[in-house]
Amino acid sequence: MFEIRLEKVTKRFGNGLVAVDKADLTVGRGEVMCLLGPSGCGKTTMLRMIAGLEWATSGDILIAGKRVNDLPARERNVAMAFQFYALYPSLSVEDNLAYPLHAENLGKAEIAARVARVSEALDLKSILKRRPHQLGEGEKQRVAVGRSIVRDPTCFLFDEPLSRLDIQLRQTMRTQIKEILSRLDKPTVIVTHDQIEALTMADRIAVMQLGKIEQIATPHELFSKPTNLFVAGFIGTPQMNLLGAVLAGVGEPDPTGVVTARFALLGENISAQVNGGVAKLPSGSKVTLGIRPRSFEFVNTDASDALHASIDIIEPMGAEVLAHLIEKGADLRCVVQNNVALAVGDRVAVRCKPGQLHVFDDAGNLVG
Amino acid sequence: MSREREVKAIGQAGWRRTFGAGIVSLAYFFPVFYIIMTAFKTRPDALAMPIKFLFTPTLENFYSVFVRADIQGGGGTNSGFGLYFFNSLFIGGTSVFLALIIGTSAAYGFSRFPLRGNDTYLFVILTTRMLPPIIAIIPIFVLFRIFGLSGSYTGVIALYTAFNLPFSIWMAKSFFDDLDRDIEDAARMDGSSEWSVFRKICLPQVYGGLAATFVFAVILTWNEFLFALMLTGTETRTVPVAIARTIGGQVGVDWGLLSAIETLFIIPVVIVTFLLQNQLLRGVTFGTIRK
Repeated sequence: MFEIRLEKVTKRFGNGLVAVDKADLTVGRGEVMCLLGPSGCGKTTMLRMIAGLEWATSGDILIAGKRVNDLPARERNVAMAFQFYALYPSLSVEDNLAYPLHAENLGKAEIAARVARVSEALDLKSILKRRPHQLGEGEKQRVAVGRSIVRDPTCFLFDEPLSRLDIQLRQTMRTQIKEILSRLDKPTVIVTHDQIEALTMADRIAVMQLGKIEQIATPHELFSKPTNLFVAGFIGTPQMNLLGAVLAGVGEPDPTGVVTARFALLGENISAQVNGGVAKLPSGSKVTLGIRPRSFEFVNTDASDALHASIDIIEPMGAEVLAHLIEKGADLRCVVQNNVALAVGDRVAVRCKPGQLHVFDDAGNLVG
Repeated sequence: MSREREVKAIGQAGWRRTFGAGIVSLAYFFPVFYIIMTAFKTRPDALAMPIKFLFTPTLENFYSVFVRADIQGGGGTNSGFGLYFFNSLFIGGTSVFLALIIGTSAAYGFSRFPLRGNDTYLFVILTTRMLPPIIAIIPIFVLFRIFGLSGSYTGVIALYTAFNLPFSIWMAKSFFDDLDRDIEDAARMDGSSEWSVFRKICLPQVYGGLAATFVFAVILTWNEFLFALMLTGTETRTVPVAIARTIGGQVGVDWGLLSAIETLFIIPVVIVTFLLQNQLLRGVTFGTIRK
């Protein structure tokens, strides 16, 4: 009953730009949904349509079972925290927090009680009398969050909530927001372009590109089963290696059900464990193989069934090392523990760990 | 927001710069100082050459601003300057307030609810400021005659309001354009009506800018001479016109009297500027140091 539902929602701007294209999305009660995508993918427009700050061109937006397409923002009872906080500059922190409550026609005592409760929860007691321009970034963020949770809306929207904070503050706020959201038990939509933010805070993530939702899945699923090349390349750092190959043949499943396929890849023939669905592709089809940088394992250079390449660049990343391997113009990103001895120019052999190979068909969709 | 820093920056300037700035300020202020000085001089002192810097101050000029001495001596008659000062204050104040209220509302509309051809309207409004006002004086004079507005408060106030409108619309629009739209959206989501968004959220943010606009408009209106000369009557005469009429006389210009009128004439503007100086600083730097 408390869910947000978008059905075939489209937003076309006056200049013909389609910002959101037939998006379907359901956010359940207590669920945190992250809209994730590169800038200009329509995620903020989608959020603003739920908020009532943009009108949907077509489709239905339902909040708590009620179609709200034609309701202005003030009648939707949706709370939103803005990217740049949007605190009221002429009001003190206290008045900022109380502002949404005035519209609800609450009594003075009730307003004071609610403001007190929120300022307690977010540790704002000491800055209640200050004005927004006297606050630090973290404090502004807390006030913005406080203002959105002070009343009792049907759902919460956050637009890039952490983008303006420095890294340390970002981590603390991430935990804090997550904790607050888990207590609220309302549907929440968070817009972000930062996948770490999305992966850590969301129950489910909707990955968007050019106005279309590419995939909606849990963070884990998104990572292990990206539905197409865009999602595969977008999620995960360093980026997944995407290599063009030709399917040479698929073997019969062995007694445990494991299917092995052979591919012609970078001039070598390799075989790897694949999803059973690959068997549906005819031999000789062009495919794209997706291998995460952490899915590679180094093997003896004389091993058959492995990719041979030279180390081009080595980038230390702390506990791990990112090695760029080159072979026939292809760049392989490969992450290994920092205790593995590597030197630029070395000839090495790598192999994909079993069960971690993603196969995409010619159209770029995950096979299986 | 950075007032401490600014004050410190001023204090940090070297002695030489401070001295140089002092000289320039003195040069600028000298005419004003000279007027104020002359206002307290007797007639012979005012005409003395070389300029007398040391003299016994007298208030007789200020007295004669309001009371014209009879040739035969005795009580003297009312010079009418009390009324002229009232006229200047009333006409200037009313028209500037009207222009500000109408201008702010119009500017908010132009900024937030653009019409088809919005920019054209704004340009048309600006064109009224493009020609020298003297070009418009004949048609306006004729119009005033036709509508019987000559010499009335209504006529002059309406005219000054119309004169100040383009300026206040353009200024206020630029202030509204500079505001962060997210703040308004936030207010909408927090349940505000469009009126509350304007009244409670947008307006308080541009007070500084409006104060600056107010001061500029007050100064322009306060000093306006041409239209006042043509369109005011004896009852509605403003101070600039009255000053001009004081200059002529059979016995030469009474510089002391003239200076006394001017000194009094400066006071209201000084007060307004002084009261609004903090806002004024924020107003003229609006948008540059705001964030």
